[in-house]
Amino acid sequence: MVMTEEPEFHVLAVDDSLLDRKLIERLLRTSSCQVTTVDSGSKALEFLGVHEDDSSSPDSSPSVSSSEGNHQVVEVDLVITDYCMPGMTGYDLLKKIKESSSLRNIPVVIMSSENVPSRISRCLEEGAEEFFLKPVRQSDLSRLKPHMMKTKLKDRTRREEVVEERGGERRETEIEPEASQQQHHQQQQLLSNNNTTKRKAMDEVALSPDRTRPRYADIAAVV
Amino acid sequence: MDVVQLQSRLSEYLKSLFNDGTLDGQFLQLQQLQDESNPDFVVEVVTLFFSDSEKLLDDLSSSLEQPNVDFRKVDAYVHQLKGSSSSIGAQRVKNACIAFRGLCEEQSIPACLRCLQLVKQEYLYAKNKLETLFKLEKQVVAAGGSIPSLDAGS
Repeated sequence: MVMTEEPEFHVLAVDDSLLDRKLIERLLRTSSCQVTTVDSGSKALEFLGVHEDDSSSPDSSPSVSSSEGNHQVVEVDLVITDYCMPGMTGYDLLKKIKESSSLRNIPVVIMSSENVPSRISRCLEEGAEEFFLKPVRQSDLSRLKPHMMKTKLKDRTRREEVVEERGGERRETEIEPEASQQQHHQQQQLLSNNNTTKRKAMDEVALSPDRTRPRYADIAAVV
Repeated sequence: MDVVQLQSRLSEYLKSLFNDGTLDGQFLQLQQLQDESNPDFVVEVVTLFFSDSEKLLDDLSSSLEQPNVDFRKVDAYVHQLKGSSSSIGAQRVKNACIAFRGLCEEQSIPACLRCLQLVKQEYLYAKNKLETLFKLEKQVVAAGGSIPSLDAGS
């Protein structure tokens, strides 16, 4: 008997404004996401298990920032970050994540209150999945699920391949909570930030399989 | 007044805030995020806006009083204020900030000081209105009613 419950996603939200952190946290929780908020890019990297001095160099020591390594295992399914922050900007953070061998597959979304086309294209070119104009709305968040699903499915496929290699049982490729739920519960104890989410009825968040709306058209339409 | 009358007064008041541009659709988004598990969400967020704004307005005053005004700093403060006002739907404050940022580029202290006064006025107006709104909401709740929600669309 298989329970096709929707997987829970863990989002790391980065913003120097307390007000905006409170907002994005609430928004994400109504979308049934687990949320951790931090107020700077450097804290975000710390949380992800990256230390700035050993992030990207290929000849750095083998113990570097691997989620399978000896750092804490924190599963983050998406990073959503403000662009304008003192010190490390959202763009800088994006770069560091994409340069990190262990983190580069985490989808990153940038938020900004300013509609600057060159800024937007720079972020997208650097690998950001989406660029949201602030204030972010619930309808924007429905665009996040496909990105997080993709990564989750990729991870599951990889795990299944490993299981097969070891002669394990074949599994249906369905979305199941399975081990990731347990991991999340463990993390919930580790992270004092997270309260238990009261899951609302799945009304507002629809999985949009077709993301055919070009980003530029979206952004150009918002004045 | 009975509950229905109180609710009606509340709805009318909220509508008037949209009509005169004090609030925009973002405020409705905030209301949608409020529920039984987060019953004070709007008040909490707006309270953050009040404290953010008051600090920023003070910072703006003092930075414009410096012997050598650092306009990048001034602009940064206005940017922050614009951000928070936009996040809660305080439209007139946001628009005053947008105008202010334009003046920062011109680097005229007298113009900036005048604009700061405008921003302050808009802020105080919005604060007053929102505090009244919350008072009316409390009265409805105290009379045993629930806060009616306007249709936000999406």
